[in-house]
Amino acid sequence: MRPSFLTVFAVLTFCCGTAFAETLSRGLPNNVEALDPHRAQLSSDADVLRDLFEGLVVHDAQANVIPGVATEWVVSEDGTLYTFTLREDSRWSNGDPITSEDFVYSFRRLMDPATAATVPDLFFPILNSEAVNGGELPVEELGVRAPDATTLEIELQAPTPYFLDLLTFMAALPVHRPSVEEFGNAFVRPENMVTNGAYTLVENVVNQGVVLEKSETFHAADSVDVETVEYISFEDAATCVRGFEAGEVMTCADLPPEDTKRLQAEYGDAVRITPSMRAHSIVFNLDSETLQDSEVRRALSMAIDREFLAEEIFAGTMVPNYKLVVPGVNNYPTGSPDVDYESMSLLDREDLAMEIMADRGFSTDTPVTLQLAYYERDNERSFVTAIADMWAPLGVELELIVRDLSAHYSHLAETSDYDFARVSWIADYPDPQNFLYQHLSSTIAWNYANYRNAEFDALMDQAARTSDLSKRSQLLQDAEGLLLRDLPFAPVMISAQTELVSPRIEGWEDNSLSVNPSRFIRLTDG
Amino acid sequence: MLVYTIRRVVGAIPTILIVVTLAFFMMRIAPGGPFDRGRPMDPTVLANLDATFGFDEPLWRQYLIYLVNLAQGDMGPSFIYRDQRVAEIIGSGLPVSMLLGGLALTLAVLLGPTLGSLAALRQNSISDYAVSSVATFGITIPNFVAAPILSLVFGVMLGWLPAQGWGDWRQLILPIVALSLPFVAIIARLTRGAMIEALRSDHVRTARAYGLPAHTVVLKHALRAAFLPVAGYLGPAAASLLTGSIVIEQVFNLPGIGRHFVQGAINRDYTLVMGTVVVIAVFVVLFNLMVDLLYSVLDPRVRYD
Repeated sequence: MRPSFLTVFAVLTFCCGTAFAETLSRGLPNNVEALDPHRAQLSSDADVLRDLFEGLVVHDAQANVIPGVATEWVVSEDGTLYTFTLREDSRWSNGDPITSEDFVYSFRRLMDPATAATVPDLFFPILNSEAVNGGELPVEELGVRAPDATTLEIELQAPTPYFLDLLTFMAALPVHRPSVEEFGNAFVRPENMVTNGAYTLVENVVNQGVVLEKSETFHAADSVDVETVEYISFEDAATCVRGFEAGEVMTCADLPPEDTKRLQAEYGDAVRITPSMRAHSIVFNLDSETLQDSEVRRALSMAIDREFLAEEIFAGTMVPNYKLVVPGVNNYPTGSPDVDYESMSLLDREDLAMEIMADRGFSTDTPVTLQLAYYERDNERSFVTAIADMWAPLGVELELIVRDLSAHYSHLAETSDYDFARVSWIADYPDPQNFLYQHLSSTIAWNYANYRNAEFDALMDQAARTSDLSKRSQLLQDAEGLLLRDLPFAPVMISAQTELVSPRIEGWEDNSLSVNPSRFIRLTDG
Repeated sequence: MLVYTIRRVVGAIPTILIVVTLAFFMMRIAPGGPFDRGRPMDPTVLANLDATFGFDEPLWRQYLIYLVNLAQGDMGPSFIYRDQRVAEIIGSGLPVSMLLGGLALTLAVLLGPTLGSLAALRQNSISDYAVSSVATFGITIPNFVAAPILSLVFGVMLGWLPAQGWGDWRQLILPIVALSLPFVAIIARLTRGAMIEALRSDHVRTARAYGLPAHTVVLKHALRAAFLPVAGYLGPAAASLLTGSIVIEQVFNLPGIGRHFVQGAINRDYTLVMGTVVVIAVFVVLFNLMVDLLYSVLDPRVRYD
């Protein structure tokens, strides 16, 4: 190879990627896959988009919903009409004013089948949205209207108490119509991208990361401290940790569980462990002969030593869980119903479970062999092996079937030839409904347990039509009670978000949604 | 030689076609798809995605469409990186992988034969044993062990070099060392063996008998013959070095294309995997051809006419 050849490449590849002294460098646990808000999907995408764009409402540092482009809003009596008043000093990064028409255009684009958006279904509560997305109605029929430049009306199908939470999601962010129309898919390139948030896009390289710069047109620019934000993608968390230890990265997420204890000993408070909204469970396939008996399912759930799994297998990066709805959701004043065996000692639970199983003829001498499907990930093999160990005394021998993540979930969606399946569910929005609706009879694709209960369906349907929050909460609690009785799956644990946050960073508040907008962060010399 | 080269290039087209075909159907046989990612897709949403990406067409038509587009240089959109086309992604990652691989290759080609020759010339001496030990070490310690150790020692503990990242020339040093280590080792061993054999061969004995100076004998006659097995090894080695290393790129967090190959397969990003397969196939064919041509320069007995 000739040197000139190399020189050319060196110049080509080293032109960019500048790092200033006052750069906030944030390590992401995944690649940034897409910056088109309507086609993005990952939490890494959401982190970057939160800095680039401002929606009608946004999250503050504690993940509370606060005004964004909308300064105030009125909800109609029946809970189906939201009227937003937009701020008048809002500007796109190219100086264009932001009007309600921008939001009308963006919601229509989100629902337009031609956009092939990734998660428009989150916004199916909007009137006519499902029909528009299915191509049955024109986009003009969508329940989003702009009576004047600073007023936006969103009409819903039914009262949706979590609608404001939904609006903080990236799919609800506005896109700049002229640049989308001019550049098509390339509107997200740094040279084309027009945004309305606290930052603008400077650079975006697949597998490397994203560089953002403070936007001067942002209405709250005066309060933004960090000038440059560099998001670095790390597929391998251990690499991010080395970068942190070498002083090259200021934050890391999803720390390697086996390294967490050492990091805590070495860096103390810089290690943050916060319960998140990701629930882990084991599905019981109700079409499986042995598992049709709800007492068997109860015995199996009882015999799981959740504390051991959370502390020993996952090194404290998980929290034991017995409920369906995770703690910390909004709109759930009644909270989850109690689970009777949660307060029992493990020994008593095991005895009771063995008794139940023995009554049905299952014991270590007369075991039944059942299949558990799981997916390849860090500690999954240890996890399912431990489960197999816990169930062996009950007379259940597990045959472990492993697939990669994509194959696992497509298998669950398409077939029903498993007895147990390992699943995790991350909430899209912090509302109890988001943890319960998968179990509706009408949900075919991801009702992995094949659960059908008309009583449950009726309660959920009634809750969906109830705008009174405390009545709705009671209905949802009853619905959760049914699931905890029937146990279509055994709740096992909740992920804790593990992060390394440099002591130099101020304003990084731990919250269950892992939302930490850069605009609220300050860098100190600490 | 020109005719031969043209014939080889034309002959490579069916090879690449077979690779593309196999890769296409093998990807599709694998269960799951680009949209099975844990969060289940709503059927309406999935139908729109399928229509957009042509998944609603029968597989043979998708294959033909892919081939026609590929022939026109269009590798299609990525299913995962929704903002980008595969050509853009490869276009941004390939230079990185080539720069790293090129430098590692250069290091291996300079260091490997030198160490190997030194060892051969002083057979069974201390320096021979030292080179052989280092070579064995380099071959047996896998990259995924050597690379994190290098990063930990020189990046985190000593702080001499960046532990990870991309953008500064200092960030190249550790990855290049880690990347070239096994290649240096293999080339040193190959050279040593071939050199020992060459030093005992008739033509070297003849050269010595003519009274040629030692350095002429070694450099001009022995090394040239000893380089033949190395040249044979260099073709595939160069192709694999230049198309990126998943391990090195992941451990040092470098934006090359090596990661796309594996990550793309896990994500079922069909077009991205196909794109990297095409690139790798072209490189392998190209470098094997270059090596064959190099043979005719090194070995007077080889002629392509």
